[in-house]
Amino acid sequence: MEPKEGRTHSKRGSSSPIVERPASRATAVWSRLRNVPRTAGRNLPRLAGRRQPAAVMGFGIMLFFVVMAVVGPLVAPYGYAAQAISNRLHAPSGQHWFGTDQYGRDIFSRVLVGSRHVLVVAGSGALIAVLMGLTLGLVSGYFGGLLDEVIMRLMDVLLSIPPLLLAMVILGTVGPSRANVILVVGFLYIPMVARVVRSVVLDLKTREFVEAARLRGERSHYIMFREILPSVLPPLAVEASMRFSYAIFLVASLGFLGLGVQPPTPDWGLMVGEARTWFAQAPWVLLFPAGAVALLVVGVGFASDGLRRMLLPGGASQL
Amino acid sequence: MTTYLVRRFAFILLTIIAASLVIFVATRMMPGDVARVMLGQFATDQAVENLREELGLNRPAHVQYLDWLIHFLTGDWGVSLVNRLEVRGMVLQRLGNSLKLAALSLGIYVPLGILLGVVAALNREGPVDQAISGLSMALVGLPEFVTGLVLIAFVAISWRLLPANSSIDPDTPLREAFKYLILPAITVSLTSLGYIARMTRASTINVLRADYVRAAELKGLPRRQVLLKHVLRNSLLPTVTVVAMGIGWLIGGLIVTESVYGYPGLGRLLVYGIQRRDLILVQAVSMVIVTIYSFSNLVADILYGVLNPRIRLAD
Repeated sequence: MEPKEGRTHSKRGSSSPIVERPASRATAVWSRLRNVPRTAGRNLPRLAGRRQPAAVMGFGIMLFFVVMAVVGPLVAPYGYAAQAISNRLHAPSGQHWFGTDQYGRDIFSRVLVGSRHVLVVAGSGALIAVLMGLTLGLVSGYFGGLLDEVIMRLMDVLLSIPPLLLAMVILGTVGPSRANVILVVGFLYIPMVARVVRSVVLDLKTREFVEAARLRGERSHYIMFREILPSVLPPLAVEASMRFSYAIFLVASLGFLGLGVQPPTPDWGLMVGEARTWFAQAPWVLLFPAGAVALLVVGVGFASDGLRRMLLPGGASQL
Repeated sequence: MTTYLVRRFAFILLTIIAASLVIFVATRMMPGDVARVMLGQFATDQAVENLREELGLNRPAHVQYLDWLIHFLTGDWGVSLVNRLEVRGMVLQRLGNSLKLAALSLGIYVPLGILLGVVAALNREGPVDQAISGLSMALVGLPEFVTGLVLIAFVAISWRLLPANSSIDPDTPLREAFKYLILPAITVSLTSLGYIARMTRASTINVLRADYVRAAELKGLPRRQVLLKHVLRNSLLPTVTVVAMGIGWLIGGLIVTESVYGYPGLGRLLVYGIQRRDLILVQAVSMVIVTIYSFSNLVADILYGVLNPRIRLAD
């Protein structure tokens, strides 16, 4: 939402007597947000007013991992790939807080560096999906017709293959590099985002303010980006946060199966998968990366749920 | 309704065929020569040429695809490149094992999820609800390899109650295989349990708000009867479709869980096929999974329409 004054792109629009232009962009966006019935559920005041300890905790956990991702690699006591075979499978101690793994690598350092890795991979993947899905959903919903039909049927085809399966097959074929994992995650989640965006656009298209813009003679791209997009943002933000949490889950699962990024990348899922053999002997090798994945995914899930309650109170029931 | 069903069914078939193209392309996107990549760097030229011949790689791509699709549809799924066995028998056997695991998991998480969801809804905003809601939200987020390993650590290694490894002979009869199925089934269940519980809670809360429930209460019906006859019956309708919609999660969960326990199901076979670059096997497994998934989505859509007349069927 940009606060700058509403400067119209179309000359006809500014002098149009049909609708009065709102005073500022910010108030226009705000009033639009409030006019979307899907966000104006009857329980709006109650939910918005309620404190959400789980969401606060979720955002706290996310913040914690973001800080770790930023400073982690700088403060990590050892290199994430530094091996010391004589030091292998040491229990947690003052020297190695989380112990060492089967190659004598410091698990604490690997978990720290791994947080940057997972946030970058899952974050970029989710970002690609959101940008592509937003574009396709907007175009599809706004223009409708044959274009809509083609885009949505393509999305249906992608949705007919379980994401983990398609990710495994593609990565098994093209080879599991970091860039490939990001691209595959981004590609897989496009249909989910596109569907959400499209359904909101279809709903908005019939609203008075869009109708008014059309009557003013605004161009399609103006209506799409300046009139419709702002109202798409709240559901899009919720969807983006959900995609992010699923992406972390997916990246970790792929790593665990050995089909994600390859060693010696400190991918948490990969660390767990590699260390399985030493489970009974040295549980800490698995415990810390597994705990980190669990904490992060659950944290993002809580935050995402909080975001949904905050932005889409009426839709709180749809998981 | 019949027209709708026919249209949906035809549409699903088209989708599966389109998905088969995606799978075909995805398994053939290897950089360089497919046969060379599959056999590895040290294969002789003769071996590579033989494989090219066997896979029909010297033909145009669309001919290869159509040939593969027609053979698949007529039940000829090809021969594994690794062990030279008929892929079809192997895949169907593993499918049977995965279905056993899936059935046991469904038997655990559906009733338990509904129970938790209803209890949470009845205690709305109270401590019980908060505990159940928090727990189910956490469960939804936990990857199967984390919950699986925790279960192995306690139940199998510390308490020695159940086997930690389920890599049994694929032909083991159910009676003997059962104890190897319990831990994997619990692992698969935990993620979906949270999902079902959350959805049931939401739908039950919606029903509890409805006027007819209030009317039933006001006319003095016993609470028990209101709950069983008015609330449960209506709140479980959406849950039925949620179960069908959750099949996608179930499949993903099965793939990871089977790898955690080494259980000889379809997911384990898929991972094996990908690791060995056995594209014939990977294609067959993928097609089976996509077919099951598509039809479970169809069932979800139909149930949703049937059970909830307010939803328009044509969209």
